[in-house]
Amino acid sequence: MIDLHGYGPRLAEGALITIELALLSLVLAIVLGLLTASAKMSRSRVAHGIGTLYTTVIRGVPDLVLMMLMFFGGQIGINMVTDQLYERFGWDIFVNVNAFVAGVITIGLIFGAYMGETFRGAFLAVDSGQIEAGRAYGMNHWLVFRRIRFPQMMRHAIPGLSNNWMVLLKTTALVSVIGLTDMVRVAAEASKATREPFTFMIIVAAVYLLIATVSEWGFARLQKRYDVGYREAD
Amino acid sequence: MEALMTWLEAQLADNSIFTLQTLGYYGEGLVTTVQLVFLSLIIGLVMAVPLAIGRGSKHRWVSLPIFLYCYVFRGTPLLVQLYLIYYGVVFVDGIQETWLWVILEKPFVPALIAFTLNTAAYTTEIFRGAIKSTARGEIEAARAYGMSRGLMLRRIVLPSAFRRALPAYGNEVIFMLHASAIASVVTIMDLTGAARFVYARYYAPFDAFLFVAAIYLCLTFAILYLFRYLERRLLAHLKPASG
Repeated sequence: MIDLHGYGPRLAEGALITIELALLSLVLAIVLGLLTASAKMSRSRVAHGIGTLYTTVIRGVPDLVLMMLMFFGGQIGINMVTDQLYERFGWDIFVNVNAFVAGVITIGLIFGAYMGETFRGAFLAVDSGQIEAGRAYGMNHWLVFRRIRFPQMMRHAIPGLSNNWMVLLKTTALVSVIGLTDMVRVAAEASKATREPFTFMIIVAAVYLLIATVSEWGFARLQKRYDVGYREAD
Repeated sequence: MEALMTWLEAQLADNSIFTLQTLGYYGEGLVTTVQLVFLSLIIGLVMAVPLAIGRGSKHRWVSLPIFLYCYVFRGTPLLVQLYLIYYGVVFVDGIQETWLWVILEKPFVPALIAFTLNTAAYTTEIFRGAIKSTARGEIEAARAYGMSRGLMLRRIVLPSAFRRALPAYGNEVIFMLHASAIASVVTIMDLTGAARFVYARYYAPFDAFLFVAAIYLCLTFAILYLFRYLERRLLAHLKPASG
């Protein structure tokens, strides 16, 4: 059997952190993505401008640089705000930016921009007659979104969503650089300590492949669900 | 040049962080980043062409290993691949006694190997998609002309596949530029490495990282416009004729 030199449990904990981080950032990214898509499709020029600025800047800068900016700069930024609050109002607040929260926020922010583009394309692909029909039934804006636009949009969004998730999953490896003990960091420490990099890195690679393979299967099922009524004739 | 330097120095006189020295670090970092990205893209591109052809082969023993290679390198984080190669080369038996050690000792070559293998895997998939979508009629016409497989690839399939792959490859180039920031993790002084150094020295995360983010943004736009220009030139025949 493979000798893990007692790093097995820590590696498993690290894998759990990777998965938690990925899922939480995915949720944040989807929320931000939906907001960005609506901002970019809105008639308001300000909203459109903000949406475009956000997606352009985020997608033009490396993930690692954004992550470092957020992690190292985040603490200083928050301290500046809390200092001001203390001076002005006498509120004594101390907020500690931990690596996990910084990781979730950064990855969520980065992929919110990519999700925004995916959702925007998918919303535009929904037949406008469907929306008009919803309006004709007397549905309000929100109901049209929930019952008509969202379910039909998802059908077009899933391939892009699945793609973004795969990239997001791999991006979580970067949090090991800002000090979060995900499985990559545990494996890197173990590699140095035991001088057996191949064992640990290959295990980590296998876990990533496993997660990717399982999610590919999951997305295929999801696609099937949203494709109901659209199945092509054989 | 001398006048320019004195002018720059005067401009930077009130600035405690962006001195000529730190700007020099960023400059060297820019050179390292460009070298790393350019070299890995070129080598990866050269590797990807035969791999993409082999990926579509009818023989399982040719296509299956290539499929596995692409699957593994596209399915795992670049950082893990970099660690594997960077920490891994040290433990190859007897490597420290050979001449190879002189180059492998520095992190540049292991990083280059990792980046090249990574981009080659992605590029292979891009080309495979482009080759697969070659119009059937073109291939049949080539066959009818009595072209051999090699000639057909060279004259018919590859030229049009390269053109179709161009937009996706442009994305890959930008992806590679952004991924190269990871090189700073294994102590390479690339752009991000320079930013980390400046941050650590002056404890000024905003100045250090926002400046480098702006440089990356400019590079990204430069690549974007280059590929747009290439697309306009090379895909001109696919545009609808303007009335």
